[in-house]
Amino acid sequence: MSDVILKVSHLSKAFGAIQALRDVQFELRRGEIHALAGENGAGKSTLMNIIDGILQPDSGEISLDGRPVRISSPAAAQRLGIGLVHQEIALCPDITVAENIFMAATNASRFLLVDYAGLHRRAAEILSGLGDIDPSALVRSLSISQQQLVEIAKALTLDCRVLILDEPTAALTEKEATVLFAIMHRLAAEGIAIIYISHRMAEIFGHCDRVSVFRDGQYVVTHQVAETTPTDIVNAMVGRVVDNRYPAKFQGDSLAAPAILEVENLSSPGLFSDVNFTLRRGEILGFGGLIGAGRSEIVKGICRIDETATGTVRLEGKPLDARRYQQSIKEGLVYLSEDRKGDGLFLDMSIAANVSALRLGLVSKGGIIDQRRENQQASDLGRRLNLKCGHVRQPVSALSGGNQQKVAIAKMLSVNPKVIFLDEPTRGVDVGAKLEIHRILRDLANAGVGIVVISSELPELIGVCDRVLVVREGRINGVVSGDAMTEQNIMYLASIDAEQARAGGARP
Amino acid sequence: MTTQIVEAQTGKSPGSTGSGWKRLAGMREIGLILIILALFAAMSFASPYFLTWENMRAMAMAFAVEGIVVVGMTILLISGGIDLSVGSVTALAMVIAGLLFLNGVDPWTASLIAILACTAIGALMGFFVTKVGLHHFIVSLAAMVIARGACLLGTGGRPLGLFTLPPEFKFIGQGSIGVIPVVIVIFVVVVVAFDFMLRRTTMFRKVFYTGSNEKAAAYSGIRTKKVIFLTTTLCSALCGFAGVIYMARFGSAQPTFGVGMELNVIAAAVIGGASLSGGSGTIFGAILGTILLSVVSSSLALLDVSVYWQDIIRGSILLAAVTIDHYLSKRRR
Repeated sequence: MSDVILKVSHLSKAFGAIQALRDVQFELRRGEIHALAGENGAGKSTLMNIIDGILQPDSGEISLDGRPVRISSPAAAQRLGIGLVHQEIALCPDITVAENIFMAATNASRFLLVDYAGLHRRAAEILSGLGDIDPSALVRSLSISQQQLVEIAKALTLDCRVLILDEPTAALTEKEATVLFAIMHRLAAEGIAIIYISHRMAEIFGHCDRVSVFRDGQYVVTHQVAETTPTDIVNAMVGRVVDNRYPAKFQGDSLAAPAILEVENLSSPGLFSDVNFTLRRGEILGFGGLIGAGRSEIVKGICRIDETATGTVRLEGKPLDARRYQQSIKEGLVYLSEDRKGDGLFLDMSIAANVSALRLGLVSKGGIIDQRRENQQASDLGRRLNLKCGHVRQPVSALSGGNQQKVAIAKMLSVNPKVIFLDEPTRGVDVGAKLEIHRILRDLANAGVGIVVISSELPELIGVCDRVLVVREGRINGVVSGDAMTEQNIMYLASIDAEQARAGGARP
Repeated sequence: MTTQIVEAQTGKSPGSTGSGWKRLAGMREIGLILIILALFAAMSFASPYFLTWENMRAMAMAFAVEGIVVVGMTILLISGGIDLSVGSVTALAMVIAGLLFLNGVDPWTASLIAILACTAIGALMGFFVTKVGLHHFIVSLAAMVIARGACLLGTGGRPLGLFTLPPEFKFIGQGSIGVIPVVIVIFVVVVVAFDFMLRRTTMFRKVFYTGSNEKAAAYSGIRTKKVIFLTTTLCSALCGFAGVIYMARFGSAQPTFGVGMELNVIAAAVIGGASLSGGSGTIFGAILGTILLSVVSSSLALLDVSVYWQDIIRGSILLAAVTIDHYLSKRRR
């Protein structure tokens, strides 16, 4: 046990009212590849950001080589030998690979002039071990996977003893990932300790030595990979009591109900492929899966927000012939964006102007808006959704998150849609409003509106939906309903290839 | 005269100011009116000439035609764009119409062609912004320089004297209906029409949606590129219209007319509540901004303040207006 390099104990961190980490512990040994597993929002990224000095903990201790340290900034982390490769690529696209790799070193340099020749030579040395990348190429010209390798090279230049990789394979092809794993094993053999964050059980069980599981901001357990199974890990990731405060489910046989929406062979190059499913009257259909699995993209393809998607969509039995989203809205398909503030609402405009935006024709005559009708529309829908606001001419920005979301839902309902797609409908919404939104969705379903819910919160999916399609890497990896609709099953389908699992167990 | 316009405008807004959002926007307009009235009061003491009919008329004439350009600019700003070429394009309209007239085309046809040419310039800018994907600022900067160059090229840099313009054409720029100059009648019609359209029509509501949040507008099925293309084109078309009226008013075409006009016009729109990041603004507010700037210039001239000081004061007013706005909108969030 003497070769423990990094030790975290009793660490807590809160963002406002949200406790992101609660009294967690973590231990990393020299030369090991240590996987970090947990659902979205389990606290992994927060912990890594603390270790890298981006965030400061509220309480708790971090020690390196047995000595307690305070990591006040990423630069301090670098001096201690800690390098973090972020999930999102953060390179400067318009300068060369070499300059990117040595950005931190150049920043810390005490010399006025940059030794470009030396920079390129040393970059070439580092890159030679990683892959075929020209150090003088502009980052813009590289593929995503090459950029990922540049990020790793950047971390390696810092002479690090602890290397943190946050979902590095998310953007890599199988082959590139294999190269990356070979590099990781080599680095580990040299004594570097690697923290590897991934959702993919195959990677954890194929390449890591130990695995620690986090859940809801708390540390759960650490196992030797050789002594555990993917099922155990998935159970540890989701093992919590599901609170049962959801509206009643669809009464009756969902498979016997008439189909509202049928999707066949829907594909969009690079995003998703071969998506098939049927949405039936009265049911709420869930889309589960990891962030980035392609759930939102599939829904945007159905609505024609993504105009390049191919395949057949039938609405109430008739093929939908929409080329643009505008036409889909007319036919009765509407989409609620997951990013309410970024692309869902017009924050500085009034509630009424937001609600009427999808089809101004409903509140106007001869192209002239009748403000009384517009206000009426907003207050009618507002009452139906229990929207709390002073006046429908108030700007949306004055409302709370939950009420803003209700405005976004009112906007969808203003056109009397046949099918609504809700992307993370309760994100950033308080508990009370959340319950109300769930009730609204069930009422709508009972009234015959087809409902598709995308959510990264497993309890919500299970509590609200009648069936859940689980998407993994752009494909529907499985469907669960009734008693089979458990967090374990969804998480399993979200992170493990069903075909492969059937063929020969989860371990490749 | 000026106050009459103000009253006519406020007379119709209460119907739409009954609510929270509009009341906030209305507050700025009332604030501007108060400032303008205070200036009037102060100036009437400071200069006996200020409150005379001649001075009022001269002031109104000075901002009326520019006010038409302000209308176009405000709509463009609301959609999230900006146009630096307004001064040059206005001058180009004068030059095109003037040259055609001197070559025997009747002034009405010449004016129509000039307006269409300016519309085409706007459409071309719109093309570069929406199809090529360049920024409004750069595209209109290029258009500003090109249009000015075309003015100088067409005239050899000298003003075109258009002494033979028929009186019925000059009437647009110089005549009066009763005691009210035609220019001001045209101005009021344009302002009232566009103010109404911007507040009430679905067509212009889409301009607000696009400028407020282009992505959300696209997710609401609005063809945002088309909206931006049209607002860009409209702004240049209104410049063309203003240029033709200027020609009728001056009886000449001046290739160097309107240098620096863009700054005045943008300042007026912003003082009146238009946001450079799009999504907000009213015609009424922008016109009040124009009136304020015009009253300030006129007052400073009457008080014998140096021209150089005038620019410093105008710039300071703009800065103050934008600063106040910044804090107000922060509090609203």
